[in-house]
Amino acid sequence: MSGSSTYVPKSALGRWFENRLPIVGLVHSSFVVFPVPRNLNYMWTFGAILSFMLVAQIVTGVVLAMHYTPESTMAFSSVEHIMRDVNYGWLMRYLHSNGASMFFLAVYMHIFRGIYYGSYKAPREVLWILGVIIYLLMMATAFMGYVLPWGQMSFWGATVITNLFTAIPVVGKSVAIWLWGGYAIDNATLNRFFSLHYLLPFMIAGVVGLHVWALHVVGQNNPDGVEVKNVERDTVAFTPYATLKDAFGLAVFLIVYAWFVFYIPNYLGDADNYNNANPLVTPAHIVPEWYLLPFYAILRAIPNKLLGVVCLFGAIALLAFLPWLDTSPVKSAKYRPVFRVFFWAFVADCIGLGWLGSQEVSDSTTLAARLLAFCYFAFFLVVLPLLGLFEKTKPLPASIADAVLASGAPAAQPAE
Amino acid sequence: MIRFKNIALAPAAVAVLLALGAVSRADDAAPAPAAPAAAPAPSAATAPTPAKAAAAPNANQGAPTPGDNAADEASQPSPPRQSWSFSGFFGGYDQAQLQRGFKIYREICGNCHRLSIPFRTLSDPSGPGFSEAQIKALAATYQVTNDTPNDKGEIFKRPGIPSDLIPPPDAYPNPEAAAATFGKEPPDMWVLAKARKYERGFPWFIFDALPFVQYQEVGADYIHAILTGYTNSKDPSWNLYFPGHKIAMPQPIADDAVEYTDGTPAKLDNYAQDVTAFLYWAAEPTLVERKKTGLRVMIFLIVFAGLLYLVKKKVWAKIH
Repeated sequence: MSGSSTYVPKSALGRWFENRLPIVGLVHSSFVVFPVPRNLNYMWTFGAILSFMLVAQIVTGVVLAMHYTPESTMAFSSVEHIMRDVNYGWLMRYLHSNGASMFFLAVYMHIFRGIYYGSYKAPREVLWILGVIIYLLMMATAFMGYVLPWGQMSFWGATVITNLFTAIPVVGKSVAIWLWGGYAIDNATLNRFFSLHYLLPFMIAGVVGLHVWALHVVGQNNPDGVEVKNVERDTVAFTPYATLKDAFGLAVFLIVYAWFVFYIPNYLGDADNYNNANPLVTPAHIVPEWYLLPFYAILRAIPNKLLGVVCLFGAIALLAFLPWLDTSPVKSAKYRPVFRVFFWAFVADCIGLGWLGSQEVSDSTTLAARLLAFCYFAFFLVVLPLLGLFEKTKPLPASIADAVLASGAPAAQPAE
Repeated sequence: MIRFKNIALAPAAVAVLLALGAVSRADDAAPAPAAPAAAPAPSAATAPTPAKAAAAPNANQGAPTPGDNAADEASQPSPPRQSWSFSGFFGGYDQAQLQRGFKIYREICGNCHRLSIPFRTLSDPSGPGFSEAQIKALAATYQVTNDTPNDKGEIFKRPGIPSDLIPPPDAYPNPEAAAATFGKEPPDMWVLAKARKYERGFPWFIFDALPFVQYQEVGADYIHAILTGYTNSKDPSWNLYFPGHKIAMPQPIADDAVEYTDGTPAKLDNYAQDVTAFLYWAAEPTLVERKKTGLRVMIFLIVFAGLLYLVKKKVWAKIH
């Protein structure tokens, strides 16, 4: 679908340059004439939104790093210095801290959209796995970023997560000491987390490049899950069609983002993180940021520490195996009535796990978390493999164009 | 594809949410114990609340219960919701209130609590708004330890200047000294209002994030509640709203403790309101600028999104 660049430079200089580095042609073929299925809905705007959020996080983060002090006795006050004394420091900091949440909100929409419409299925397996790697890198980046303000929840969250590594048999303790740069979380840990928090976003950007590259090789999936058969009939040009749609989606997303930044900037954060880190005072209730809560609930639900850690990472790793766990040849949930029910149950399951992860541990929450964790794994390991064998799917449309016409869109004028 | 019937549903959904939000407010007004227990959800999720309530009386049997509050002992009421000038879309600080609040900090809280902000910030026009001369005079009443020694190599004290941080209390120059007296160090008050909360519980925490019913002032309500929560005359360190009720800080302020010169009645509730508002400003001095900027950003984004939608619709109309 791509690679067929139709770009013709208009000026002599443009031709000279294009013969030496065809980068304008690359942009032209990737973001101007690139064929986009014409039936995409607004769930497909999250790719552009995520690209924007990555850039926004890097830009605000670079500015914050100019004023932040990664030193354990000064980190907390340096964040307050940014909030009070730096011009628009409060804006940069609230954009960055809420930006992390918005980034995850968008990535969860993106991932659930991928699951609903079977976007991981052939030929998009590599594209999907690259996405899972980005998600993992995002979680590592967000976790280390949350440590930097050096509040109580930063410190104790870091304690809980780094202690997970001590569960590894034989070498666990050594690994944890290596991670900490000492025998406990301290200045050395803060320093390396700052360094890595600055590094990882650029690694994400690199993998995003591969993700987009892979996307432009195999083309986008679409709500009907049938591949493009006739480029003329089934697709529209990326620009202006997808560009404008993405721009509108992004603008609406920015309204939500701005709402959080300007009116409820501390809603998603924990109040305890405005208390300076104190290794001698354990908070009554240690909770990670909301986007990690479902995994935290799975971790706490398992009584054995090593097994808990295995399940925690397994819950994420399973995503990478989705292309082979889902045995159904039909991609879109639109034509899979039973899968659709299980999908929404899975979404509810994840939200339920998230809520349980935010609650204090009691017998009933542990029981509920075990039940929901079991359902989480069952969705991947039992439901998806079996559904493909037994589910009676609805007939697929012959082509994307047929699906569009069938859904009652007015076909007044022919395509351009 | 744009589905118009879905778009038409959106305002209806918003209306339902707002109505629910209003209900959540009505609930706040009633001085009932923690609301989430009333949420009728059949899932296991709500189970912990009754379990906790059942466990609480047992836990209290060992401890001596204060006589006139035995009924309250088992429950932990949520702080009653106050109306703050700095809440809502256009909320800002009330200058006179912050000035009264600063007076209370200076005469009462400042005896034990640090407030690590520079004197100069007290001239913030959207905050307490003291004049430059007032700040200079105020700073000079404090003795500040100089950062560097003098030419004889001696550490010395000098009168404060506006760029100095408000120095720690004379009686407790370091946190350890205060901890030795009270058993716990009095927290620095500069971000206190953002560092305190109470659990809102399901489903109220959802409404707290929504436009028009947003609720960001949990920390302020908590501090106000603590200051007015010393309701047991026999035990000065018993607080109705403190988790577990036993608080290290003995009742700090009561009626007539601070003289008001602007005619505001010298009542505990007014003191609590004023000093809490002051502490909220100290924790979030950029709130007014933030909300003002936010309004412009919102108007821009909504208009911009609307225009983009129209352009998008026009361009896409060609291919339908």
